Amino acid sequence: MSKVMLEARGLTKYFDVPGGKLHAVDHVDFVIHEGETLGLVGESGCGKSTTGRLLLRLLEPTEGEVWFDGENITTMPLKDFRKYRSQMQIVFQDPYASLNPRMSLSEIIEEPLIINRIHNNAADRAKRVRELMDTVGLAQRLLNVYPHELDGGRRQRIGIARALALKPRFIVQDEPVSALDVSIQAQILNLMDDLQDEFKLTYLFISHDLSVVKHVSDRIVVMYLGVIVEMAESQDLFDRREHPYTQALLSALPVPSVDIETRPILLKGEISSPINPPDACRFAGRCPYKQELCDREEPKLREIHPGHWVACHFAGNLVQTEDIIVGGQVVAAEEGEDIDIQELARQEVAPEEDILTEEAAEVEPEDIIEVEEAKSEETIITK
Amino acid sequence: MAKNVATASASAPVVADKKRNQWKEVWRRLKQNKMAMLGLGILVFMVIIALSADLLFPKGFDDQMISRRFQLPNSEYWFGTDNLGRGILDRMVHGARVSLSIGLFAVTISIVFGGLLGAMAGFYGGKVDNIIMRSLDVLLAIPSILLAISIVSALGGGLFNVMLAVGISSIPGYARIVRASVITLKGQEFIEAARAIGASDKRIILRHIIPNALAPIIVQGTLGVAGAILSAAGLSFIGLGLAPPNPEWGAMLSGGRQFIRDHWPMTLFPGLAIMITIFALNLLGDGLRDALDPKLRN
Amino acid sequence: MSRKPLLDIKNLNVHYITHEGTTKAINDLNLALYPGETLGLVGETGAGKTTTALSMMQLVPDPPGKIISGEILYHDQDLTKLSEHELRKIRGNQISMIFQDPMTSLNPIMTVGDQIREGILLHQKVDMATATKRASDMLEVVGIPMERYNEYPHQFSGGMKQRVVIAIALSCNPEILIADEPTTALDVTIQAQVLQLMENLKKDFNTSMLMITHDLGVVANVCDHVAIMYAGTVIEHAEKHMLYRTPKHPYTQGLFGSIPNVEENVDRLKPIMGLMPDPTNLPTGCTFHPRCPHAMDICQVEFPRITRLNDEHWVRCHLYSADEEVSHE
Repeated sequence: MSKVMLEARGLTKYFDVPGGKLHAVDHVDFVIHEGETLGLVGESGCGKSTTGRLLLRLLEPTEGEVWFDGENITTMPLKDFRKYRSQMQIVFQDPYASLNPRMSLSEIIEEPLIINRIHNNAADRAKRVRELMDTVGLAQRLLNVYPHELDGGRRQRIGIARALALKPRFIVQDEPVSALDVSIQAQILNLMDDLQDEFKLTYLFISHDLSVVKHVSDRIVVMYLGVIVEMAESQDLFDRREHPYTQALLSALPVPSVDIETRPILLKGEISSPINPPDACRFAGRCPYKQELCDREEPKLREIHPGHWVACHFAGNLVQTEDIIVGGQVVAAEEGEDIDIQELARQEVAPEEDILTEEAAEVEPEDIIEVEEAKSEETIITK
Repeated sequence: MAKNVATASASAPVVADKKRNQWKEVWRRLKQNKMAMLGLGILVFMVIIALSADLLFPKGFDDQMISRRFQLPNSEYWFGTDNLGRGILDRMVHGARVSLSIGLFAVTISIVFGGLLGAMAGFYGGKVDNIIMRSLDVLLAIPSILLAISIVSALGGGLFNVMLAVGISSIPGYARIVRASVITLKGQEFIEAARAIGASDKRIILRHIIPNALAPIIVQGTLGVAGAILSAAGLSFIGLGLAPPNPEWGAMLSGGRQFIRDHWPMTLFPGLAIMITIFALNLLGDGLRDALDPKLRN
Repeated sequence: MSRKPLLDIKNLNVHYITHEGTTKAINDLNLALYPGETLGLVGETGAGKTTTALSMMQLVPDPPGKIISGEILYHDQDLTKLSEHELRKIRGNQISMIFQDPMTSLNPIMTVGDQIREGILLHQKVDMATATKRASDMLEVVGIPMERYNEYPHQFSGGMKQRVVIAIALSCNPEILIADEPTTALDVTIQAQVLQLMENLKKDFNTSMLMITHDLGVVANVCDHVAIMYAGTVIEHAEKHMLYRTPKHPYTQGLFGSIPNVEENVDRLKPIMGLMPDPTNLPTGCTFHPRCPHAMDICQVEFPRITRLNDEHWVRCHLYSADEEVSHE
């Protein structure tokens, strides 16, 4: 395994809210290796974006440390942090809000160069801006346009160019494609892949979209209400799914295929409050495997296979204690022990249904019937 | 390389190659708004007349002659004469200088101080915010005209004091507007993005927050000029403004008050002048608000 | 065609006319919704999905929106020709709609129960007590205990609010339910619950549903037929399995190449080149031709007609109608 680039140790962020402290991120530990993409998934409010910002010191942690290249960057004075900041950049979710509407494209990309005094004369900076635009695939004629004149995909390219301007080694991608349409999303994902190869970048890829995270990540961290519940190599996570939350989350993901029927595990119960949470498993309220211990003690993250970490008291030998609904069918508790929920949650559709496909594929050109009504032809002619 | 990812398309917006100045854009958009241009036209006309008052109306504003008092509009005195035989038009034109400059300076005072206080309160938040905003709330609790009256009574009349009084009394309003827009802007991702590339607080305020907060302030300012003229007129009306014979519009209105039943031109024309100016400023303010929004193209 | 569609849109054209220009939102759109089935309407931002739904409700804001031509047939009547009064009886009663954002589609100052009751009172000749009873039943149906009848929307989570919206939409037992991205604003685990609920209700109430979405995963789970929209027109309309196994239109194929699939490990996605066209300035001929990897000369000049591949699959693409052209000319 390659060398560790970044490490979060007990990283914690509490926000003061009416009624107590909101535990946005609660004692989170993980490492990111040089050159890898670490995916960070979770549903809204699980603290994934806050984690990304804590790593870059855009937020100051309540507790815990971030180590980058063997240095504790959390406690160092901001003055010394400057040189690390240029190595750690971020691409934001909303390509509309993350660009200053009153600055032109070239001004936005140029700004980091000015602030960090990378080039001292305007001509060098202009040259570098053009290079960066080339790198991210923005046409030179767009040099002086303002962000609102561009579509989401192009705006996201500006955000990427700005992040690349300082030649960073590590980039936090905070839901970079969530606001984009699928066809544009694929262009941006490919671009990021190219950039990672070209500039040897390390990514933390934050997203709620599991299929995107699976596509880009080498390893995946799953967060739930401020804590890490599972962490593993990405294929391993999808294959084994040890934590009950991960199981529910992955089974609920709609797969764009008719040949794999997904049967979501439906969670019951309410999401517990992240404000002053008790010392208990945060998922207990929705967990079909909940035991008495889960309400008493918060499970610690432990390695149950090499490289596969889970925060569940009963990971590896879950015993179903409550009825679960899988794909619309109730799987009653007690008998549940012999039923492999994961097996239930995904079933290959029987092959005989494939006949339809063959029929469709076998349509020969001469079989194609033109059934357009005369009326619609008129419309076409008038066009 | 990523260059092969297609970026061009048939629908790409047509973009001029040379650098475009945002203020030129604003002007281009403003020009398309006929009502705003009408407002601007009226204002420019008034300013020109006011500046060349000595040339156009050499009689000055205090050319008294009792024998020609209370004349109705005629060919020599287009707007008639007042109770001291002074031409109302002459006084109004000279008065335009006073009224317009009161409006401008008072608003400048309130924008500068209100903007600064509001920006500090919004940007730093917490204690700073509390101290500034609570002090301003105290000012806000007093009706602004009452506040202006107290300031003028304390400092005495005179052009500068009137400007100061009117300016100070509207500081809280501007501070609130600026604070609100700074707070909204502060939460925007592009401010966070600026931090991520290492921008200092100073740069963030000057380069990212102020340009974006400027639009509502400019609009409010345009409308504020109208308000300031009115306040100054109010002060003069109750006799706390400029000392006679200074021809401030409000003072003229006030002077005509006792003759309102017998000699209408003394109240009508200064009143109309105030009304038209405020109307023009409002038109311009509305137009600027639209023109300054970079998201509204054309 | 064997079965008769419940709702049949034929060559619909809707334009938004402003003094800045005409936006061709819907262009020669054809769509058929069969009884008891779910039709997925898939497309990207600006493809005209929402305008299509609003046209079905006859709720296109006019001005600037104008239905230029075309028919929307429902029970042998053309919805575009009905009076406002007749439409009001259909809306909410026979055709109802669920909007994308459950946060804003509920009135914050009315209790959820009253909001459900309002629709019932409006469309059905029942007294207050019956309506209240039915409203609380509807809450139970969507899985909310009826004790929460008198609570306000802010006391509910996002998923619960969307359930309330569904209850409102189903309270008059409509024949057609239009759901405009009903789960986009929800988290995955909540989305699964809501989709499951809609699936069950659809069966229980025998409702036909138009599911507007951009998520091909959701479509694969809940729909029977799929219509793919691009630049205001349906470019492919097929039974779900056919569409997923043998997508015909290059745009549909492009969509499938663009989405990462957790079941397959592809190294690189195959995105569609270029951008969505500007609806005020659509390309000539086939609107997809500037981005199409198979574009031919004819694509630049002629808007493709519907080519039926079989009973349940048609496509608007010159690739499949090319052979026909000779005989026609």
